[in-house]
Amino acid sequence: MGERSAFAEGLRAYGLIAGMWVRSSMTYRTSFVITMLGNGTMTGLDFVGILLMFSQVDSLGGWSLAEVALLYGLSATAFGIADLVLGSMDVMGARIRDGSFDTLLVRPVPVLAQVGADHFALRRLGRITQGALVLGWSLAAVDVDWSAAKVLLVPVMLVSGAAIFCAVFVAGAAFQILVQDAAEVQNAFTYGGTTLLQYPPSVFGKELVRGATFMLPLAFVNWVPASYVLGRPYPIALPEWAAFASPPVAVACCALAGLAWRSGLRAYRSTGN
Amino acid sequence: MGSWRLYVAVAVGGFRRYATYRAATAAGVFTNTVFGVILVYTYLALWDEKPHLGGYDQAQAVTYVWLGQCLYATLAIQGGGAEKDLMDRIRTGEIAVDLYRPADLQLWWLASDMGRSLFQMVGRGVIPFLFGAVFFPMALPTEVTTWAAFLVTLLLAAVVSFAIRYLAALSAFWLMDGMGISQALMITGVFFSGIVLPLNAFPGALGDIVQVLPWAALLQMPADVLMGETGVPGAFAFQAVWAVVLLAAGRLLQSAATRRVVVQGG
Repeated sequence: MGERSAFAEGLRAYGLIAGMWVRSSMTYRTSFVITMLGNGTMTGLDFVGILLMFSQVDSLGGWSLAEVALLYGLSATAFGIADLVLGSMDVMGARIRDGSFDTLLVRPVPVLAQVGADHFALRRLGRITQGALVLGWSLAAVDVDWSAAKVLLVPVMLVSGAAIFCAVFVAGAAFQILVQDAAEVQNAFTYGGTTLLQYPPSVFGKELVRGATFMLPLAFVNWVPASYVLGRPYPIALPEWAAFASPPVAVACCALAGLAWRSGLRAYRSTGN
Repeated sequence: MGSWRLYVAVAVGGFRRYATYRAATAAGVFTNTVFGVILVYTYLALWDEKPHLGGYDQAQAVTYVWLGQCLYATLAIQGGGAEKDLMDRIRTGEIAVDLYRPADLQLWWLASDMGRSLFQMVGRGVIPFLFGAVFFPMALPTEVTTWAAFLVTLLLAAVVSFAIRYLAALSAFWLMDGMGISQALMITGVFFSGIVLPLNAFPGALGDIVQVLPWAALLQMPADVLMGETGVPGAFAFQAVWAVVLLAAGRLLQSAATRRVVVQGG
């Protein structure tokens, strides 16, 4: 019972803190709308880059524009959700440096909920909207023989993908406790990860694909399940059911990230202000 | 009168300020390297599909990627250099102190940004570039003169980059909040500099337009000079003209701002 209520309490606290940040950003409505549009435009540049490439060629690594757009839409939307929920965690390094992290530790609220909701930025809906638009277009444009399993896989990919990226954010936050200034390392895995997944796996070296499947299982965000949906061979030899393995992979990632977070918190030494 | 020594001191200060954060620099090196690897593979696939796109062969495309990663922080392509501090100082009113100083505002910030650029280049940019040269085939020149010309284009690129961001920062005198303009800087910088795709690989009329905009002076010109794809005097002239035009515009805007705007105070 104790575990469960702590979780509910954490969620409630997260909602309260996030709500506070939303209210504060709503004070300047025009600024909010502009920054949200800017956020969508900025993240959309990645897709513009892909469109520019396809203005010169008909396929990239053997994948058509609609197929690459499907990868892009899934990756960008899943990452956008994780970015909205936990994306402000890179301010944690600053909090540790200036000592305000201590305040979070003495409050009777789970620290992860406080850190996750810190600087909650609703403008990140811009990225989700932009990713969802590309996803919607690609779903209409790809040539797929839709079955019930394939239809179901689309929302499953989005939710599991968001959970996998959330795990990366939490692990990155735990890493920041150890090396406060090196917050940028996690960008290589978060922003770098979503960029990697926007391109067909056939483009990359086998070693890189293997690393993104077994070491940091980003391939389960979209590469593997989307290959199943498109009726393509998996990027590396995997059994048929691997397309449906994203949810358990996501759960395992979150569990590992949770462990990393706990041990990170235990290792925390205050700057002592 | 030796006022150049003042600006050298400011530049040294800018250099040392960024040099202080070693872990952050190492993290930046790592991130640029990872992004470089991802981009290289996508470019190789693209050039596989369409050899000689934009007049580059595969080795040149790879070189372009790693030069882009090298210059990303150096030229603050998505913003985040001196203009960020300047906007903050305008917003808080601390700019009044800067205006009192017996130094030229624009030169002061130029010097500070040059120091930052030099550190980001040496501390953060060179390692991903060397990594790329070791692990991927690159098209690097062997003549010393080409490298020397390349260094000059880098210097000019840094000045043009600063001039663009300085103009943007001055808008804070009227807008107060720099958030929107920072976002605009980021979007235009990332798109028009060619960090997404080399400008000479842009299709049709769009390609012609982006190659004459000032952002073409940042990455495209140094890359083309390094790889012998463009005439050196032409590249110098292109960059120098934009540098002079933008710096002059900055001066005009600066004098308008300092004459007409009431400084925020508290």
